[in-house]
Amino acid sequence: MSPITETPGAGPSVSGSGGEIPLGTKLSMFLRLLAIQASWNYEILLGNGIGFCVEPALRRLPGGSKGLEYREALARQSNYFNAHPYLASVAVGALARAELDGEAALRIERFRTALCGPLGSVGDRLVWAAWLPLCSLIALGVFGMGAGPILTVVVFLLLYNAGHLSLRAWGLHVGMTRGLKVASSLGSPWLRRGPEWLGSAGALASGIAIPLALYRIGGADHSPVWLFAFVLLLSVVGGLALSRLPARMEGWRLAITGLALYVLVTMVR
Amino acid sequence: MIDFSSLLPFALVGGLLGLDVVSFPQVMVSRPIVAATIGGAMTGNAMAGLSVGVFLELVALGTLPFGASRYPEWGSASLAGGALHGLALQYGGPADGALILAALAGLLAAWAGGITMVWLRRLNAAWARRVLQELHAGDARTIIGLQLSGLSADYLRGVVLTLVVMLLAIPPIQMGMDAWPSLPAVSGAVLTTMGGIVAAGAVWKLFHAVPRSRWLFMSGLLVGFVILLVS
Repeated sequence: MSPITETPGAGPSVSGSGGEIPLGTKLSMFLRLLAIQASWNYEILLGNGIGFCVEPALRRLPGGSKGLEYREALARQSNYFNAHPYLASVAVGALARAELDGEAALRIERFRTALCGPLGSVGDRLVWAAWLPLCSLIALGVFGMGAGPILTVVVFLLLYNAGHLSLRAWGLHVGMTRGLKVASSLGSPWLRRGPEWLGSAGALASGIAIPLALYRIGGADHSPVWLFAFVLLLSVVGGLALSRLPARMEGWRLAITGLALYVLVTMVR
Repeated sequence: MIDFSSLLPFALVGGLLGLDVVSFPQVMVSRPIVAATIGGAMTGNAMAGLSVGVFLELVALGTLPFGASRYPEWGSASLAGGALHGLALQYGGPADGALILAALAGLLAAWAGGITMVWLRRLNAAWARRVLQELHAGDARTIIGLQLSGLSADYLRGVVLTLVVMLLAIPPIQMGMDAWPSLPAVSGAVLTTMGGIVAAGAVWKLFHAVPRSRWLFMSGLLVGFVILLVS
């Protein structure tokens, strides 16, 4: 049986037998989560970051920070780990709970390994491929409708971080509450269907925002309307063509090439 | 002549924005629409920064920070792009030239920034390898030390990157501004076409699998046109 699909009744109770984690410890863990990727590297990826975030909770193990249990748990938690940085909070909370509940080391290690895949793919689809682009598009739309620098930036940051910080806080809470049974929370409808809902909003927002933003940065006051209509048509056709090109032909490389050629031609003429 | 000390504030803030990309705290002040606006504001012209930021944001829609993938570093680069646009406008010359040259400098800086992030990850790996025994022994000081070293190195990376980009970009931008023929309609069309193609390609890749995405996009387009006509 995979450790992530625990059967009901197996393992500790939801509240856990390791006792309540104090608010100060939770706060410390939450703040550390913001720096979870500080030592991200190609060897152990997020591993050291997980150990760093779980550490305040581990001080509550018998013997405190000088004890053998503390050192063994910290060593376990600082091994290789990979996940989306925001949803890693679920792992941090659940692993802290499991260690404090005195779960067997082998069980914790198996659970830890099993968490990597789901937390990575769910987070990537929900945040990087849906929430971030949606917030970007909304900010571009706000700019396109005539907003100034402060309003555009504030709308983006408030909107994005309302989702970002809530997700981290939810992950830590649910992990700490459910411990090794956290898998059921990862199946909640908003996590499963969220990318699709946000994707629908993103498709609608992109139709509104991209033309408005292009119209404003293109110098709407000195460009004829037919030129803007042509640019829009070219964007749609070119965008479809770009999305079918091999992965190495990324958009930002195309933008560099296009602008560099234009600068060269303009300066040489 | 470039005054080195006047570029230092840009470098120090550029370091913070570079840090936000991955290491701390990922609140997305490193996104181009924010970072370039900050860069512009530091020259006294936030709107100049925002216009570069919007172009770079359109391009950045296609580069999402998935795990270990390699992607441009937009934080420090966008601050430099926004600041360079503000400085170019202060220098004088055609406004369309300033926007195009600053946007190109921002893109090149993002490319270079992406390479420095790979170097940083390798450096972090080397540091982690060196203290593997202590890590396996559960030494808290080593774990915290690795996090702090990573943070410091990333901040330094952003500072140096911003400084180098500004130092390297200012002279050619000034030369470019001296020689630039005013072509606002053409420059605007080139910039919007590039941004439009990249953004359209990115949103297609992101959302085409969503049910009814084509209809949603077309409905959005219709709403956008109505807003344009009304405004």
